[in-house]
Amino acid sequence: MIPAPFEYVRAESADDALAALGEHGDEAKLLAGGMSLLPLMKLRLATPTVLVDVGRLRDLSYIRDAGDHVAIGALTRHRDLEVSELLAAECAPLRAVAAEVGDNQVRHRGTLGGSIAHGDPASDLPAALLAVDATFAIRGPAGEHEIAAADFFHGFLETALAPDELLTEIRVPKLPGARFSYQKFNRRAQDWAIVGALAVRNGDARVALVNMGGTPLRARGVEEALAAGSTVADAAERAAEGTEAPADLNATPEFREHLARVLVRRALEESA
Amino acid sequence: MPAVQVRVGVNGVGHEDDVEARLLLVQYLRDVVGLTGTKIGCDTSSCGACTVLVDGESVKSCTMLAVQADGSEVTTIEGLAPEGGLHPVQAAFREHHGLQCGFCTAGMVMATVSLLDEIPEPTERDVRLGLEGNLCRCTGYHNIVQAVLAAAGAKV
Repeated sequence: MIPAPFEYVRAESADDALAALGEHGDEAKLLAGGMSLLPLMKLRLATPTVLVDVGRLRDLSYIRDAGDHVAIGALTRHRDLEVSELLAAECAPLRAVAAEVGDNQVRHRGTLGGSIAHGDPASDLPAALLAVDATFAIRGPAGEHEIAAADFFHGFLETALAPDELLTEIRVPKLPGARFSYQKFNRRAQDWAIVGALAVRNGDARVALVNMGGTPLRARGVEEALAAGSTVADAAERAAEGTEAPADLNATPEFREHLARVLVRRALEESA
Repeated sequence: MPAVQVRVGVNGVGHEDDVEARLLLVQYLRDVVGLTGTKIGCDTSSCGACTVLVDGESVKSCTMLAVQADGSEVTTIEGLAPEGGLHPVQAAFREHHGLQCGFCTAGMVMATVSLLDEIPEPTERDVRLGLEGNLCRCTGYHNIVQAVLAAAGAKV
């Protein structure tokens, strides 16, 4: 399978990328690692006429201690998250979830920013960033602004990112010593989650769901129940509240709701 | 669409070609460079048959554009050992019968080389997880895992 023809522009800097996006408008698409975009282009589900390759912007590939948070460049690869000592100490849930993405080959190429910008509710990392209350730095023609993960994901493959904007940095609060558990249910090791549930306990308990709606979701009902003193078993019963689980070849919505309740219970038990 | 120039090292030999931007790395290796050891299997980045090393790390060459490899060093199955010789991972696959039809083998071997570079002394679980992106429809994986552990120097 071969993608439809496109014009290829290699950006040598973030400014370069923004200029190319400004010139070509929504005809253009950014290419980072390509692990989500290239399969869509090969299936011709995506047919951008201009591809702006930001994969070589090495100055946007870093994991840094930024005082009260860890700053991660948007082009940091999953593999780099997976082996980061800084993340192991300061935000271990993100590191653990990165290790569950795809397979080794995918993690060698795929980037954190690419996964976020793609906005696939079946992806692991967007839910993890929602669970840890990350914020994203975005650059556009009007300069830089910051947006909370909770405000970023709008719908299936739809985000707050405008066609002429570039996601540059992911800021994750430090959660040293936080207990967590990621339960990913799939039929084959490398597959997307049919449903995933991440629990992060750091004083309070936060629970995020993968593939239970058009966007990654927080299981607010579960969080409220736990805050009010419910048992884990009772709280987990509320895992499917407010979700709109998709139907596909792998699962019916009802099965996904069942999985959400079971996986949230397991995640809460394992992170207790 | 204008052709794009790529300069890629393939198994230590420099190549400079004008290619269509949409040319996949696996097509570049097979059709332009002429190295057909790398196989196209599922063509959807699931099966791993097309695995090669780019700058020493395993990637699925059906899901990478040739232009993304510009300036990189690519290693294919042909480049692992000198003509007529076998790389230790290839030798271990032969010794432990880690293949039947052989279609997945080039990708399996390349994924293994990258895995052992990252985890030189893997457990069986490390091997099974590390090769999760490579599918074999013949062997049931048992002998492949044995071969990888043997290549890592473990007693099998």
